[in-house]
Amino acid sequence: MSEAKVKDKAAKGPEAAQEIAALTGNEAVAMAMKQINPDVVAAYPITPATEIVQIFSNYVADGLVDTEYVAVESEHSAMSACIGASAAGARVMTGTSAQGLALMWEMLYIAAGLRLPIVLADVNRALSAPINIHCDHSDTMGARDSGWIQIFSEDAQEAYDNTIQAIRIAEHPDVLLPAMVTMDGFIISHGMEVVKVLPDDTIREFVGTYNPKVKLLDVDTPRTFGPLDFTDFYFEHRRQLAEPIAKAKEVILEIGKEYGKISGRSYGLYEGYKLDDAEYVLVLLGSTAGTAKTVVDDLREAGVKAGLLKIRVFRPFPYDEMAALLEGRKAVGVMDRSDGLAGLGGPLFGELRSALYESKNRPPMKDYVYGLGGRDCGPALIRQVFDELLEIGKTGQVKERFTYLGVRE
Amino acid sequence: MANLKELSRKPERFTGGHRACAGCSAPIVARMLMMAADQPLVVGCATGCLEVTSTLFPYTSWNTPFIHSAFENAAATISGVEAAYQSLKRQGKYDKEVRFVAFGGDGGTYDIGLQSLSGAMERGHRMLYICYNNEAYMNTGVQRSGATMFGAETTTTPVGRKGYGKKQFEKDLTAILVAHGIPYVAQGSPSFWNDLITKMQKALDTDGPSFINVLAPCRLGWAFPPEETIELGRLAVNTCAWPLYEVVDGQYKITYKPREKMPVEAYLKKQTKYRHLFRPGNEWMLPEFQKHVDEKWERLLTLAGEPIPAREPVAAG
Repeated sequence: MSEAKVKDKAAKGPEAAQEIAALTGNEAVAMAMKQINPDVVAAYPITPATEIVQIFSNYVADGLVDTEYVAVESEHSAMSACIGASAAGARVMTGTSAQGLALMWEMLYIAAGLRLPIVLADVNRALSAPINIHCDHSDTMGARDSGWIQIFSEDAQEAYDNTIQAIRIAEHPDVLLPAMVTMDGFIISHGMEVVKVLPDDTIREFVGTYNPKVKLLDVDTPRTFGPLDFTDFYFEHRRQLAEPIAKAKEVILEIGKEYGKISGRSYGLYEGYKLDDAEYVLVLLGSTAGTAKTVVDDLREAGVKAGLLKIRVFRPFPYDEMAALLEGRKAVGVMDRSDGLAGLGGPLFGELRSALYESKNRPPMKDYVYGLGGRDCGPALIRQVFDELLEIGKTGQVKERFTYLGVRE
Repeated sequence: MANLKELSRKPERFTGGHRACAGCSAPIVARMLMMAADQPLVVGCATGCLEVTSTLFPYTSWNTPFIHSAFENAAATISGVEAAYQSLKRQGKYDKEVRFVAFGGDGGTYDIGLQSLSGAMERGHRMLYICYNNEAYMNTGVQRSGATMFGAETTTTPVGRKGYGKKQFEKDLTAILVAHGIPYVAQGSPSFWNDLITKMQKALDTDGPSFINVLAPCRLGWAFPPEETIELGRLAVNTCAWPLYEVVDGQYKITYKPREKMPVEAYLKKQTKYRHLFRPGNEWMLPEFQKHVDEKWERLLTLAGEPIPAREPVAAG
């Protein structure tokens, strides 16, 4: 990547010190990890996330980080070692994808239940069967109720920025929950893009050092981590998890703003694109937002009030914000890159319908399950969605509540 | 060699009040470890009897840092703690000298946790893994495991018109650990306290991974009176059903040799789980069991470079 690096000399303010680099999403996340310099990384390779740990291993081999790298024998052990290391008092990161995240599933709940701020890069890939290595969001969605904060990225720049912010969000004393930052497999993980990289010192100062109040290595104050709760305490302990999840929203906004000060790139819970006066709104997660923006531009030129709502934070889900943004629109199309297999479209659709339940001015809404197993979603498909939304807008009628987009029936 | 007087003066770091059954050997092993260690210990434990009986919130028996995360991953979890320790020490963020121990039952070690254990041992973490092997999944109510011995009745190997207990012999986990080429591997028994504590001390002093497989008689699953726990361990060792040995850097050493090797019948007769071995129609079972024990013992003698004595003939029971 170094050849492609040039100083962004034209920029002013916080952007002045940034290097413009040509990086893939995996390289950008590995770069963020290098700058964060975690105490421990325990990881197991899996396509398409392999490069993250491979590149990071090089940083370890070259002495560019202080990290103890634990090359475990499975993702289950990766998350188990992360839990041990984080409980010990270390700053801990890992990365995985699809089957790897699925194998971690048991431990994801335990990481959250033990309030350990582990940060995980999840490179979105379809879950088996059939086995497939390409992008969809079924892996992240499988962990959506685990107590992890989930932040989606549209491109390599966001993956880089989100990884850095995730450390601060997860470790915030009001939060203390693990966080996963996602990016679309291959589309982002392997696609080279222009990424603005902040200086190492700026990142190290931004993330600071992690010094938890309670740690296993405090041998003078021995504590028991992970005791057994019966009917008398389990409920109270699980109830406590709702507090940091509720507070996380504010913290995410605060850190997003603070990150804006050092980078010129502020972050919120979502991003609206030509949304304010939009009558026809598409809601989605991840890299498809880039394609959708160009379709919105085309439609705007043609006089259609189209807009895009890209959700950045899926957990905690911004229910109130979504309701406020979507009510009163002529038609809302939801694009789910995973199927809920519950009988009513994908998980994003369910959340949004729930968000709008109290709204007096509920928009007609339709779900499009798309892009499973890396099926390409180009402008033509998104255009097709908007065409249907225009039709729905005219009649106010949604004939079928969900459908599959871009599949041979 | 451990000195009983010195050990008795050590502070109690695994306290009473836990919920283990009367006569359970797992807490005895935990206490022995705490007495064996001179350094502060961070202890991890797989889900299982020892964990559920010693950490019932808001109580804990562990007066030492303790972590439980799940069933199959005590080794991986403690390997993470050890990695954090190495990292923080290297960075000058931590300055204490600490040792790391993971406990697992035979379920969490021989079976569901074997991969996690193998990975951690191969990676070379400085940690001691202790398997308290009670030869079945006792915490869920006595189901067979890879450690359950031939013929034993468990709730998943019941004795019936056709069933005669477990059909297979136990897996030799200790040999599997030796095959990892780690610097210290041993078998122990709480009935031989000095032998076991000495092994624990050697393991904790080993600069690398170490493993001790401890036979932990279970009065519930084996069905014997609670006051006979230590006697059952003695019988297991004196019949050579559970030999005591250590393998240091690949060198085998038998640490206790019974003056007179007892017939295995003496050990099996004490346990209700083997009572059907002595019923009409099952006469073939005891010689099978004895043959297996003899073969394993002779293999061990060979590995330790000891002479092999002539076998006693076994009369069918």
